[in-house]
Amino acid sequence: MATREASATTRLSARTLFRSEAAQKLLAFGALIVIFIFFSVVSPFFLTRDNVIGILLATAVNGILALGVTFVIITAGIDLSVGTVMTLSAMTTAVAIAVWGLPIPLGILVGLLTGGVAGLVNGLVISRMKIPPFVATLGMMMMARGLALVIPAALFGSVKPVYFTDTPVFNQITMGSVIGSVIPALPVPNAVLILFGAALIASFILTKTILGRYAVAIGSNEEATRLSGVNVANWKTAIYALCGLFSGLAGVVIASRLNSAQPGLGAGYELDAIAAVVIGGTSLSGGEGTILGTLIGAFLMSTLTNGLRILGVPQEWQMVVTGAIVILAVYLDILRRRAR
Amino acid sequence: MNDLVLMEGINKAFPGVQALNQAHFDLRAGEVHALVGENGAGKSTLMKILAGVYSKDSGRIVYRGKEVEIPNPRAAQDLGISMIHQELNLMPHLTVAQNVFIGREPRRGLSFLLDDDKINAQTQTLFDAMHLRLDPRVRVADLTIAKQQMVEIAKALSFQAQVLIMDEPTAALTEAEIEELFRIIRQLRDRGVGIVYISHRLEELKQIADRITVMRDGRYVGTEDARTVPIERIISMMVGRTIYESKPELPERPSQEVVLEVRGLNRGNVIKDVSFQLRKGEILGFAGLMGAGRTEVARAIFGADPIDSGEIYVHGKKVEIRHPRDAVRHGIGYLSEDRKRFGLALSMDVESNIVLASFEKFLRPLGVVNTARTRETGQHYVEALAIKTPSLQQRVKNLSGGTQQKVVVGKWLTANTDILIFDEPTRGIDVGAKSEIYHLLNDLARQGKSIIMISSELPEILRMSHRIIVMCEGRITGELTAAEATQERIMTYATQRRVLVDTGEAEGGVSSAQEG
Repeated sequence: MATREASATTRLSARTLFRSEAAQKLLAFGALIVIFIFFSVVSPFFLTRDNVIGILLATAVNGILALGVTFVIITAGIDLSVGTVMTLSAMTTAVAIAVWGLPIPLGILVGLLTGGVAGLVNGLVISRMKIPPFVATLGMMMMARGLALVIPAALFGSVKPVYFTDTPVFNQITMGSVIGSVIPALPVPNAVLILFGAALIASFILTKTILGRYAVAIGSNEEATRLSGVNVANWKTAIYALCGLFSGLAGVVIASRLNSAQPGLGAGYELDAIAAVVIGGTSLSGGEGTILGTLIGAFLMSTLTNGLRILGVPQEWQMVVTGAIVILAVYLDILRRRAR
Repeated sequence: MNDLVLMEGINKAFPGVQALNQAHFDLRAGEVHALVGENGAGKSTLMKILAGVYSKDSGRIVYRGKEVEIPNPRAAQDLGISMIHQELNLMPHLTVAQNVFIGREPRRGLSFLLDDDKINAQTQTLFDAMHLRLDPRVRVADLTIAKQQMVEIAKALSFQAQVLIMDEPTAALTEAEIEELFRIIRQLRDRGVGIVYISHRLEELKQIADRITVMRDGRYVGTEDARTVPIERIISMMVGRTIYESKPELPERPSQEVVLEVRGLNRGNVIKDVSFQLRKGEILGFAGLMGAGRTEVARAIFGADPIDSGEIYVHGKKVEIRHPRDAVRHGIGYLSEDRKRFGLALSMDVESNIVLASFEKFLRPLGVVNTARTRETGQHYVEALAIKTPSLQQRVKNLSGGTQQKVVVGKWLTANTDILIFDEPTRGIDVGAKSEIYHLLNDLARQGKSIIMISSELPEILRMSHRIIVMCEGRITGELTAAEATQERIMTYATQRRVLVDTGEAEGGVSSAQEG
């Protein structure tokens, strides 16, 4: 009898859990569907295979950045440095492969480590020097932007992009299509697979590992987490380092996609990533957020940009619309919370 | 003896206060030991020392016959001492089980993988042992306060707690929830756990406690058998002889002119049918224990919180106060107990703070501030109120608590308020500065200002008030004139829980409370 009671309460609570957790995702997902249908109706060029693949590809870099930022925002922190750290990682990868002639896997490792170290520094500055995340990562954003310019200047005497001219296969890492080689009708570039792979890993870390658990705990009630004997400083450091690793991955992906490292790129990417996370329902006050939500948020943004471009809306107006969407998304989320 | 815990000669000083003075406490296995005293008697401080939250200055703690040091909460937990704080320490976004096992998660395979099935099962076992029906997989945010408290208890038990300290556990609970809590407390007691129960609700102790220890002004007063000791005896132990007994210095009698009248004020569970009058030149004391609803009444009158029903009359005219702006317009000023958060712009200077609430009076066309006039006003109040500041440009965060309080007074006087509500006006202010604040209040009353003074310090209330209103659980339970008021009488009213007033009325009390 006791078990029957238990299972009854389980079912009940599972339903409420589903309702609360899923509501935001449904909201963002619903918005994505609505936007998709809208553009499909108003433009014959929107819902085509190549355009949809284009949207997926355009999401890859912002999506990967947003995955890392999700962890940081769940702790009620912020990371403004992901955009320029991405650029710096692209630059170190390019230097490793195109200048030093290291093998491509090693070059990728250099890029990932660059991001990881930048994130580690962020984490240490925040947790040991007690600098607020906004300031710490603002500083890192500027330093990484500077370093991405310093490197080519020191190597070539002038600030210029570094091209992967001798290693055409590097470009294939993201722009080739494993799926296309199996199903020729679906030439989805590998960059999209990398995004989904990274998202799976991120989701696993967030829901199944101690790191994810403590990210939520810290964001939910940092002091209570500390009083429970958790080494909050160390875990925070690890979370910023993880975010940096994702920035490093984004750096490798963008270098491969552009077949070059562009030293001036990257500023503003952090805000797009934060916007994607927020649209995806992750609360800036910490404690809640999902990887699926972030992924939907990132797709929503690139779908919007793509659709507006197809409709011939000038780029400057695309920004206006995207900004309005960010505010609307967060406002809907606030309404939903209030209603609960 | 079979003492589980013995605390002897414990001293603890905070800046400006001797919180504990040779405090003593002992706890046996398998008993519920209530710890009572007025606000600031040192109950929570003493228990926080036992739980490793504070460190003692001197004294010794003996645990199971061995002298121990408890430097941090972790050390206390390792010894089997857990404390459930008044403000619960949970992560609302995590599930019940995740909260219980936070920081000690069992992991599987690779050491960073979580095993939620295991913690769910283990938490379920804990709940089964407590005969508690609660799903370990529910998010804590979705639970009632009472259930959240059960989670904290389960968490404490999962540490194999032998000592469980509960600080005001019933403060936010309903009658039915209190019964459930008592059931679990009795269960734990029967299993040999020693339970320290801090509470203001004296009637409640009869039901749950085995022994009662009374503290006053950081000192140990005495320990009594809970079953036999009369409530009156506990109250007189709590009140005792005051250390700083001083002659009341009441200003002359106020006029009979009523400046503020409140009729039938209600707000949810915290304000229940509150009505009173305030006369010109009067200091009206509001006494009661923490959580009695005094601050809530003040905030409601000031328009800081919405009310469900009730009428407010200022100078005989009915007024609508929906926002603090309305209150200020009708001449009502509120001086919060938390000056730093609600009363002052800490990083601004004295002059700016004084004119802050009435800035529009100092504006020239186009919104330019008339600095000559703000300086003049600032200077006037610095002199009139004897505000001890090196200059008008001094930032208020660098001033002492008493001086800050005067700056807030200056702010409200500048705004032309003639009804001033002081919420704990001397909290955090050292003894010398206190008497200056008292003089200031008396001067204001003499000048015809009307003052409501909320205070948890009985000597202060007795010394300052023309009349005293006593509240308990959102109701006014008594009104006393200065002549008839004693600490004992105030305490008797302040602990008069409606449901337990007397057996004859109790039934009616319960049912009307449920209807309402």
